[in-house]
Amino acid sequence: MSVAARPIPTTRLPGLAVVLVLASAIVMAALVLLPLFVVFRDAFAKGLGKYLAAITEPDAVSAIKLTLLVAAIAVPLNAAFGVAAAWCIAKFEFRGKGVLLTLIDLPFSMSPVVSGLVWVLLFGAQGWFGTWLIDHDVKIIFATTGLVLATVLVTFPFVARELIPLMQDQGSDEEAAALTLGAGGFTTFWKITLPNIRWALLYGVLLCNARAMGEFGAVSVVSGHIRGLTTTLPLHVEVLYNDYDFVGAFAAASLLASLGLVTLVLKTGLEWRHSDELSANRRH
Amino acid sequence: MSDQAISGLAMAAAAKPARRPWVQHSILPGFGLSLGITLTYLAAIVVLPLIALAVRPWELGLSGVWHELSAPRVAAALRLSFGLSALAALLNAPLGVLLAWTLTRYVFPGRRILDALVDLPFALPTAVAGIALTAIYAPTGPLGALAAKLGVKTAYSPLGIFIALVFIGLPFVVRSLQPVLQDLDQEVEEAATTLGANALQRAVRVILPALAPSLISGVSLAFARAVGEYGSVVFIAGNLPGKTEIAPLLIVIKLEQYDYAGAAAVGLAMVTISFGSLAAINWLQLTFAGRGRA
Repeated sequence: MSVAARPIPTTRLPGLAVVLVLASAIVMAALVLLPLFVVFRDAFAKGLGKYLAAITEPDAVSAIKLTLLVAAIAVPLNAAFGVAAAWCIAKFEFRGKGVLLTLIDLPFSMSPVVSGLVWVLLFGAQGWFGTWLIDHDVKIIFATTGLVLATVLVTFPFVARELIPLMQDQGSDEEAAALTLGAGGFTTFWKITLPNIRWALLYGVLLCNARAMGEFGAVSVVSGHIRGLTTTLPLHVEVLYNDYDFVGAFAAASLLASLGLVTLVLKTGLEWRHSDELSANRRH
Repeated sequence: MSDQAISGLAMAAAAKPARRPWVQHSILPGFGLSLGITLTYLAAIVVLPLIALAVRPWELGLSGVWHELSAPRVAAALRLSFGLSALAALLNAPLGVLLAWTLTRYVFPGRRILDALVDLPFALPTAVAGIALTAIYAPTGPLGALAAKLGVKTAYSPLGIFIALVFIGLPFVVRSLQPVLQDLDQEVEEAATTLGANALQRAVRVILPALAPSLISGVSLAFARAVGEYGSVVFIAGNLPGKTEIAPLLIVIKLEQYDYAGAAAVGLAMVTISFGSLAAINWLQLTFAGRGRA
């Protein structure tokens, strides 16, 4: 996403340059870096022992496990969808493509809370399918299934959005050549398309996973906040914070912040090392 | 359907040759399979839930929905969410121009790290940002204490919400502007200099018009994100009904009271106003882009 390559050195007005660079650094430090610093400062405010105790207590461990489980279901589903959607949108010409693209982009402009709300409207106790679900003893809202559905809705554009512009750029000449030479459809996809899109796929999966593990608004609506059962790590942060357990809340938050930092490092690395294999707006 | 009707009319009028086929023939396999997966997935994950959102409020009837949305508490929350989001997105414009400019135009130590860190508000989970911002701007926090000395209340006030919205919106503007600044032809600026333009004239008459379309799109993305934002706002907001209660929180509260139709009404209003303003901004942007080309 960042496009900082080929900086053009400006020799005019060096004084202004210094002022602008300093102003940028101050804005970034006060607005963006300070929150990150505070997370770790407050997580370790009572020492390493309290920190370790906070992230190893049973509720925290089950929150971590639930977060990993939800992401482990939602991310592969969305990755598979992303590849399928990009294949039909980028490789074929058909009418109604614009509608498909709009639908894929939709979750980005929807409030996360609305992305949770819609599942309650369908599967909640007074939702359209609520009575049927109660009669058949199936739990979706206030259960893992609901968390997965909310996460899937919030994160599903990430992979598709990375792959579609890249595959449109790449065209289908290479696949056509392979098919003409007698390769089957599956072999063509496996040996030609997949190697061409692997870094962009990884990039999309990274962003999708970070959002899936960090999602708060959508899962908070469907979770019911049952401690140890339906609280993912971000919800665990909220529960502890509202209980005035600040060390616990910031300790759990520090795990999520680390996830964000690792994602940022990997993503920046991909932008630097494999820029020509990412979609154009990600190139450095 | 109307599409067909319109193209039918066009055919009759212009006596055009045969219509574009639904699917153009291709040697590549897998169209049916991939389109099938895509449509099924979209129907289950997006279309069905959105139908529920669009239909559910109307069980209250038209007057019921109006009553719901014009209730003082709801109207105040909607005003607060949309108003503060617009203000925050507007502040993001100068901040975004500043950052995008320094990151693309100057060479300085730490530039690439600063560039990568612009994405931090994207990368930090919202609940984490929320409690961290609250810790900073609470009366006991480093910046909150400073503001309190000046007699300004930051956390638990609209100002606190505003700060959180500026935080999450910033990357949208910077990332929209960077590619344009990168590709902006330096020769145009040099030509302006040769013709006697000073730095201010260059900035206002040459650079800003070139940036306008992507600035508008960056600001509108920041606005759209801010309107729906929940996690990074809900901790710092104070959540006082009518004063510092944002619209997404009201949805959560209504759901907790099992008022599904009321929650859906607020959700539908938010989605409708968001899309409406995005469409308006889109139109504005096209107008600007058209003028730039002419």
